[in-house]
Amino acid sequence: MSDWQPGAGLAQLRARAKLLSTIRSFFAQREVLEVETPLLCSSGITDPSIEPLIVASGASLPGAERYLQTSPEYAMKRLLAAGSGSIYQLTRAFRDGEAGSRHNPEFSMLEWYRTDFDHHALMEEVADLVGECLGRRGWQKFSYRELFQRSLNIDPHTASVDELERIARSGHDLGTLSGNRDFWLDVLMTHEVEPWLATQGLCFVYDYPASQAALAKIVEVDGVSVGQRFELYVDGVELANGYHELRNAEEQRARFEADNQRRRASGQPARPIDQRLLAALEAGLPHCSGVALGLDRLLMLVSGESDIRRVLAFDWSRS
Amino acid sequence: MANYSTNEFRSGLKVMLDGDPCSILDNEFVKPGKGQAFNRVRLRNLKTGRVWDRTFKSGETLEGADVVDRTMEYLYTDGEFYYFMEPDTFEQHQADAKAVGDAHIWLKEQDPCEVTLYNGTPLSVAPPNFVELEIVETDPGLKGDTAQGGNKPAKLSTGAVVKVPLFLAEGEVIRVDTRTGEYQGRASKS
Repeated sequence: MSDWQPGAGLAQLRARAKLLSTIRSFFAQREVLEVETPLLCSSGITDPSIEPLIVASGASLPGAERYLQTSPEYAMKRLLAAGSGSIYQLTRAFRDGEAGSRHNPEFSMLEWYRTDFDHHALMEEVADLVGECLGRRGWQKFSYRELFQRSLNIDPHTASVDELERIARSGHDLGTLSGNRDFWLDVLMTHEVEPWLATQGLCFVYDYPASQAALAKIVEVDGVSVGQRFELYVDGVELANGYHELRNAEEQRARFEADNQRRRASGQPARPIDQRLLAALEAGLPHCSGVALGLDRLLMLVSGESDIRRVLAFDWSRS
Repeated sequence: MANYSTNEFRSGLKVMLDGDPCSILDNEFVKPGKGQAFNRVRLRNLKTGRVWDRTFKSGETLEGADVVDRTMEYLYTDGEFYYFMEPDTFEQHQADAKAVGDAHIWLKEQDPCEVTLYNGTPLSVAPPNFVELEIVETDPGLKGDTAQGGNKPAKLSTGAVVKVPLFLAEGEVIRVDTRTGEYQGRASKS
């Protein structure tokens, strides 16, 4: 067997250690508290596009499986509701079926929450942190609408589903793919817009269609409903996803239930809703924004590697 | 045949797509932060040779194709078909001109070739990377001009025409890289 050996070189191992120390001192200077929360959770995530890995057996699991966290978001929000103030966590997250040159089913995540920040204030801080790690660089910011207008000359909020599909098919063999508006927007995002973003350096995209808000607040902007969510792309690599956090427990419950309905409709198992998170929101989540950043991808950018397997000591196939 | 999901797609896997056997060359997983994940897959249609990219939803499946590569000995051609033999079982297969394609100019009797079988029938033939063939026709050799300078066309015993150095003469056996059609040198022993 030769795959006992690490996939990352010693230089990458050192770069990771340095990155972790840079991140910890960044947050120490800003008085953001480092926390830890459980990896094995009793509730999963309802988002239909994320599948958890499940731990099904063990003496500590009487009658109920547990989910390896897909992100520490729910637990961290419970800490925020309990009065922690701004917090960050360096942790592992797990997503089933996600493997490729930028994905490993087990990966490292930096997630943080800032009380009294909106998503624009948090984007500034994300740019500061990434600047500390990669060296200072200029950055730009596009709304989702502007992004599609610039790269494809269409308005993603008002273009018809047929038009989105037609544009997507004009440049790509998409076989028998079919789907709703968000599906075609995702095709365009991955096949057309992201390659365009690769030429734009450090770029934030914000104010996503309300249907893609996930856990972000939804507001009206220029006559359309948008989720106050943002993504950071660096040279085309999707690095971070953030929200101006939804605080309304009832609306959060309704979104979870809508997720589960979509899961059932497409033949996916529904997931138990995290009642402790909803109870925390009812008790009161402070006004805050939060962001999750892919640490392994940041390390890829730091070390100029194009394949995640070369920055992980042992990737999925060697673990 | 078994079905394969996009996360099992690996370079070299043979699958059925739109009714044709295809070989997977590359498989890239893409996901827009949140939302639908896709696999952008590069394939080669094994019937036509066409290489192109097709996008699948992650988790979609394709049926495996009954395609196997076997090393076989080239026997002969009767003008219409080319005959190959499996060295272990002595089983013979006949390949038509379409399956043999451009490989025919490199086929020398008894050479080992890679024959791709689809449902048991030859679909394509790849010659060895290097073959040794006799020059049957070329301009007379120029003695003493071994160091450098020009080359000339030479017709080989299989009908292939390659560029060779000026000093080579008819009857000599040369080594050729079939992937590039380039002259490599005189055959080691002849």
